[in-house]
Amino acid sequence: MEFRAESPMSSPRKYDPPDSPTSVGWTRPQVVRLADARRPFRLECGRTLAPIDVEYETYGRLSPRGDNAVLILHALSGDAHVAGWDATAEAAGRPWRLRKPGWWNGMVGPGKAIDTRRWWVVCSNVLGSCYGTTGPASIDPATGRPYGCRFPPVTVGDWVRLQARLMDHLGIRRLHAVIGGSIGGQQAMEWALRYPRRLDNCIVLASGARLSVQGLAFNMVGRHAILNDPLYAGGDYYQNGRGPDVGLAVARMLAHITYLSEPGMHRKFGRRRNAGAGGEGGFGPEYEVESYLAHQGRSFVERFDANSYLYISRAMDAYDAARWGRGDLVVACHRIRARTMIVSFSSDWLYPPRQSRELALALCRAGREVTYVDLPSDVGHDAFLVETEKVGRLVQAFLESGGPGR
Amino acid sequence: MSRAPRRPASLARPRGQVGCPACAEVEEILRRLDPALRVEGADLMARYRRALRKVSARAPAERWQDRLIVRKIRPGASVLDLGCGAGDLLAELMCRRRVRAQGIELDPEEVVRCVERGVPVLQGDLDHGLQGFPDRSFDYVVLEETLQTLHRPLTVLSEMLRVGREGIVSFPNFAWWKVRLSLMIEGRMPETERLPYRWYDTPNIHLFTLRDFLDWAERERVRILGGYAYESGRVRPLREDDNLDAEEALLFLRR
Repeated sequence: MEFRAESPMSSPRKYDPPDSPTSVGWTRPQVVRLADARRPFRLECGRTLAPIDVEYETYGRLSPRGDNAVLILHALSGDAHVAGWDATAEAAGRPWRLRKPGWWNGMVGPGKAIDTRRWWVVCSNVLGSCYGTTGPASIDPATGRPYGCRFPPVTVGDWVRLQARLMDHLGIRRLHAVIGGSIGGQQAMEWALRYPRRLDNCIVLASGARLSVQGLAFNMVGRHAILNDPLYAGGDYYQNGRGPDVGLAVARMLAHITYLSEPGMHRKFGRRRNAGAGGEGGFGPEYEVESYLAHQGRSFVERFDANSYLYISRAMDAYDAARWGRGDLVVACHRIRARTMIVSFSSDWLYPPRQSRELALALCRAGREVTYVDLPSDVGHDAFLVETEKVGRLVQAFLESGGPGR
Repeated sequence: MSRAPRRPASLARPRGQVGCPACAEVEEILRRLDPALRVEGADLMARYRRALRKVSARAPAERWQDRLIVRKIRPGASVLDLGCGAGDLLAELMCRRRVRAQGIELDPEEVVRCVERGVPVLQGDLDHGLQGFPDRSFDYVVLEETLQTLHRPLTVLSEMLRVGREGIVSFPNFAWWKVRLSLMIEGRMPETERLPYRWYDTPNIHLFTLRDFLDWAERERVRILGGYAYESGRVRPLREDDNLDAEEALLFLRR
């Protein structure tokens, strides 16, 4: 079935094909085992986990001196496939990648803001996700069955420590920059706090030191929908043929609203109705926004695991950069050595500009040089993914300017 | 350049306490004007108007204060520039004085230009104050050509003297004799090289004079550590009686 409602979104968005000079071309994800029985990985919760496989992708070439590495950190539903076209999509059972390039394709590529002719770009899928890195859907060696909700709780700190292990594996001692948006921005912060001497630049987009209480509330409702779906089955739904698809779709639809903004939705959909609306006793998708959200929910179910959603949203809830200062963000910021740029978007209500400004001020109070930009946009939280022109200009400028006199 | 140009004898003003200084200034303007009017008559006003039209088409000249500020600031200091624009001053300070620089700027385009040249900048509105900045967290806080554009100039002034050990402020002096002339003779809001705006598009919303500022400083027990005057393209140390002669003033302050 074709979704009419996709038309307002998908109309003129063109992607550069794999043979385009601005595309990183065909990509192949790589998987590396970073923890095994001999070298397990101790999580912040105290439990150890092994084995751990991590899926990652790289673009561009590492310079002989190894000083051009840029680590990109993905958000809740993201993966390691940042740019280009996945040559393995069909074989790996990821058909959605046949239709679209990587999630930040507009930003990463030859001649783009994060120029792969200059930077060696790497991105890895986070622990607990479902895109090649070990997560709740992986087989628990103790039982021979998927972990389900017996998977240990993961944190942003765990993700960053695992990323550092990946950097060790790849021979990268120092990163030119870490860049992330949303919960990726929190990973970038965590990098700057945990490994102050391993990075020169830190870019935090549409993020803050912690999630707002409103964000906690939205996440809770999303989890509630999943946990109360009868097909959730206590998290052991992997052998049942169907999982908590309805719950996951509801969680995604709700979350998707928080990624948009009222003016943005008004511009995109207005109160336009679907042709031939009705059905389902009058409660079918009547307005365009309804079928758009329904489509978002359905296509998400196709590509995401409900347990991963629960684990990652919990990590998002729990993160607080101020932990490094025993609750005092300014004290925490004293740890940071990297140049930092924080970018918020005026219509973002998931990580509102106020929070980004608070983080920037904390850095400033700690005596750190900081750049904070509030970009005007009506796209909402999604702006960090969508507004590639505005974001790109800033990111490129920041990456390429060492600062006068340096 | 910092030496005071010698004042022509014909323009010498009586020193000492001679009644109301404002009245003395008006007399002085009339004295300056009088011979010129006698000699050139209506032609003077025409030339004056032509000159004004020419300069008002231009953007304000490069910030003359930057040179003096760079000379003044010691290497390795920390500098907060309020309304830093594209970061010209901070970029120079970072290069030549290795300062810890931080700018604050409202205009998004200027902010991007700061990022492009690697100047750390916080996008923000000065009228919201400097909340969050601890007392004396910068060696210098600079406010160049911005005070008269603020909605709450006094808040920003006292904030800059709280956050910085030393304040550096520059502003156009609305008591400069040409400005007064424009008002007095033409009856129009002044347009000069440094104030190239019409009344309706000027960003300058709080107009004040050097004397107004010095009054404020005295009232608030703010010490003036030194200063410079800009007058028709020349820069010299500020004199006590510069309310009439200074087109713009640059002052170093401390609370």
